[in-house]
Amino acid sequence: MSNAELIAEAGKIVDVAAKDAPLTVRGLTVSYGNKPAVFSVDASIPAGSMTAIIGPNGAGKSTFLKGTLGVIPRLSGEIRIFGKPFHEARDRVAYVPQRASVDWDFPARVIDVVLMGLYGSVGLFRFWRARHREQAMECLDRVGMADFATRQIGQLSGGQQQRVFLARALAQNAEFYLLDEPFAGVDAATERAIVAVLKDLKAEGRTVVCVHHDLSTVAEYFDRVLLINVRRVAEGPVDTTFTAANLQETYGGRLATTHIDELRLA
Amino acid sequence: MSFLDYFINALFLQAGYNSALVAVGAGLLGLAGGGAGAFIFLRKRALVSDAISHATLPGVGIAFMLMVALGGDGRWLPGLIIGSAISSGIGLLMVEWITRQTRLTEDAAIGAVLSVFFGLGIVLLTIIQTMSSGRQAGLENFLLGSTAGMLISEATTIAIAGALATAFVFMLRRPMTLVAFDPEYAATTGINVRHIDLAMMGLALIVTVIGLKIVGLILIVALLIIPPVTARFWTNQVGPMIGIAAAIGGLAGYIGAVFSAAAASLPTGPIIVLVAFGFFVFSALFSPLRGGLASALRHWRFQRRVHRRQGLLALARREPIYDGFTLRILRQSGMIRPDGVATLRGKTASQKAAHDEARWAMARRILPDDSAIERYDGLTPIEDMMTQDQIDEIDRVIAEQTGAPA
Repeated sequence: MSNAELIAEAGKIVDVAAKDAPLTVRGLTVSYGNKPAVFSVDASIPAGSMTAIIGPNGAGKSTFLKGTLGVIPRLSGEIRIFGKPFHEARDRVAYVPQRASVDWDFPARVIDVVLMGLYGSVGLFRFWRARHREQAMECLDRVGMADFATRQIGQLSGGQQQRVFLARALAQNAEFYLLDEPFAGVDAATERAIVAVLKDLKAEGRTVVCVHHDLSTVAEYFDRVLLINVRRVAEGPVDTTFTAANLQETYGGRLATTHIDELRLA
Repeated sequence: MSFLDYFINALFLQAGYNSALVAVGAGLLGLAGGGAGAFIFLRKRALVSDAISHATLPGVGIAFMLMVALGGDGRWLPGLIIGSAISSGIGLLMVEWITRQTRLTEDAAIGAVLSVFFGLGIVLLTIIQTMSSGRQAGLENFLLGSTAGMLISEATTIAIAGALATAFVFMLRRPMTLVAFDPEYAATTGINVRHIDLAMMGLALIVTVIGLKIVGLILIVALLIIPPVTARFWTNQVGPMIGIAAAIGGLAGYIGAVFSAAAASLPTGPIIVLVAFGFFVFSALFSPLRGGLASALRHWRFQRRVHRRQGLLALARREPIYDGFTLRILRQSGMIRPDGVATLRGKTASQKAAHDEARWAMARRILPDDSAIERYDGLTPIEDMMTQDQIDEIDRVIAEQTGAPA
């Protein structure tokens, strides 16, 4: 929030530059019971950026994402997606949940899951047409899973499941992608494939936000970071924000200084 | 007429007007139950539908009393259905409310609502038994179902409501699939998960109340759950699963009703459930996709392939083989002589296996991101999974490294 575009208007803070930014969050608080998991977090994600949400386990990273998208109810806070309330900008957003959040023995083939990303664009009564299947196959091809289209999803490895979830989000053809731990427990090939797709999205001018847990790859994959530990610690470009001091503040004593030194920090 | 003659007559709707009516009605009911139940099963809410069905009983009692008090016939089915729908609707909302507003889990809420409503219902039925007009009411038939004395208007009611439920399933198939698979993602795409869940339970409610007469409220949950569980053995896709579940439900309802009509002293509900269970057992054992026998056979074949491959690789490396099963397989397929020495055929096969293994090892190094590497089961020859160009490249690198000409 260092920029001077912040002006006060009738006692309310208005960020002029970020008015139609993919995501503007003001004072988001989400709690389970009476303990806030996310407390009064502000964030502003500029268009075309790739942001990592970083913080220790239980710091509310996933909760922040879900609160933003209205998956779980929020206690307070204002969310603007492209300058509008979420329900008005829903078509421009795609969410990739943690793969552990679903039962993979569900009766569906890989292509069926990707087609779920097209539910919004096909009517209630209409059936799938060839062009829908082609679209879904293209998305599977982008994540290197085209050969698996007719596999039962229960037979996939963790990394393959993650790529199928990404393909489903690609099918939505959104402008703003929010991913919850896409690199958690995946193999190296999957990680390469996902990073390549995310960088492509960025190159096309789309915006990407990932909950991320591997500090060693932050500088390589992302250009911005949002450091959260229940409260917002810092937000900004990797160069200036992904610093030892900020990490120490985010992780507290849990992250040894020597470990920070090993990271490729700015 | 013997039982069997009657059964066969009834099966072809030749055993009289009433049996035909009940058989068709039960078939339609099973059809609707199987279709609606598919989503309830996928959403893992089978027990909620059990609470819904038990919560119908007070409604039946109160509706009967009201209709008698108003000077009408207490047994008028549409009135009883409306009463039961209201009371089970209240039960459903109570389960929902307890789960959302208190820290109690859903199973505790289900247990509480189910037993309290059922207890209240039994008290009301007992009171009705003591009323002068209640003695002949036969309301206790709503517990386990009965095929006796069905009216054409009742069959029509079941048919219309069943068709309505089926149309509902068709219309909501996509949002219900998405909510059952991934509710959080569904919420971000604009689906109101709570409304879809209530609609799903509304479907269970429709099936329950129209099933009161034939199957009875205690066992109707079986008609919602056994058909989809059975269908799951035959398919890995939601669409076909709904169709198969509806077909199994319809058949179980039809056959069960016919059977029960042929042996008039047996209550209809339990018979229908047992017929459905018969389909379940058959599917669990014999389905080629997920049935027990097919899985056991696949496992046995795979195990044989693994042992054969391990044995051949051991031969190629001139290592001793100790595993009795491996030795037996190699002997049976003529790879080794009874004394354990490799035959000519065994030598060729073992060299081929070793060569294939070396190619795969190189493929993993130089083509790590190829999808064939991911799909490789450890046994399939590389020629079956990679292109000739890829294999030529692999052979070239191997030759380079061993110094031998390609």
